[in-house]
Amino acid sequence: MSSLQIIFYVLAAMVIFSGVMVVSSRNSVHGALFLVLAFFSMAGIWMLLQAEFLALILVLVYVGAVMTLFLFVVMMLQVNVTRFREGFVRYLPLGLLMVLMIIGLLIYVVRSNSFHMTLLTVLSSDYDNTANLGMVLYTDYAYPFEIAAVLLLTAIVAAISLTHRKSTNRKTQIIENQIAVNRKDRVRLVKMPFERKK
Amino acid sequence: MLSLSDFLIVAAILFGLGIAGIILNRKNIIVLLMSIELMLLAVNTNFVAFSHFLRNNVGEVFVFFILTVAAAEAAIGLAIMVVLFRNTQTIEVEKLDMLKG
Repeated sequence: MSSLQIIFYVLAAMVIFSGVMVVSSRNSVHGALFLVLAFFSMAGIWMLLQAEFLALILVLVYVGAVMTLFLFVVMMLQVNVTRFREGFVRYLPLGLLMVLMIIGLLIYVVRSNSFHMTLLTVLSSDYDNTANLGMVLYTDYAYPFEIAAVLLLTAIVAAISLTHRKSTNRKTQIIENQIAVNRKDRVRLVKMPFERKK
Repeated sequence: MLSLSDFLIVAAILFGLGIAGIILNRKNIIVLLMSIELMLLAVNTNFVAFSHFLRNNVGEVFVFFILTVAAAEAAIGLAIMVVLFRNTQTIEVEKLDMLKG
């Protein structure tokens, strides 16, 4: 057993264990943390596949940003933890049956040696995954890249406009009231007797 | 040696776990979103594995775009969930039947 295989099997076991814990954990904070562990281990597997850029993106963007967002939301919402397991056992047999059938089918398909690709070859040391990816991304896929940027902008606008609440105690101008003012609202002529200097 | 099938099997098991999370979980919508993330991770692993074994960078470009879309989806999903919790004080999946669908 080569060292690559040992690393792969350890990482795969960690991924599957943390996936099971994500699905079955009672507390969703623990679930989110196990999902972080799954992302880390999967980043290791991607490193084995020599996709360094994507592995680092997975750690930086997913663990650094998305899972932090998840943890923020999970901790912000005060939800009743103990009630979350009701119904878990009731749906367990049917769900497990379906999932086992799906996994069995997938494994049956991918185990058949129809791919003829059985070697994890080590590429030469001057192969640069990031540079290669950039060469493809900024030439052939420049338009999809820009569409992805617009998509992220849309996500920002959507998330902010969904959750933003107008504050009620802010002192701001009300422009239409200012424009609609008449002279007689503001200027008051007062009749009074004039005073003489002594 | 490691073969392509090993990576695909790990991805298949992870995908099945994601489906299991969606089927079994009737209470917490956060776990639902996390299960979707698991499934996306499994699919991305398939793409990366094929891209490595076929010596083709296009699969990795596709993973890049999937990651972008998944990040946007997670952000908007969590925003919708926060608004939902504000309005209904619950995030239990079974109680979210206001649309009577």
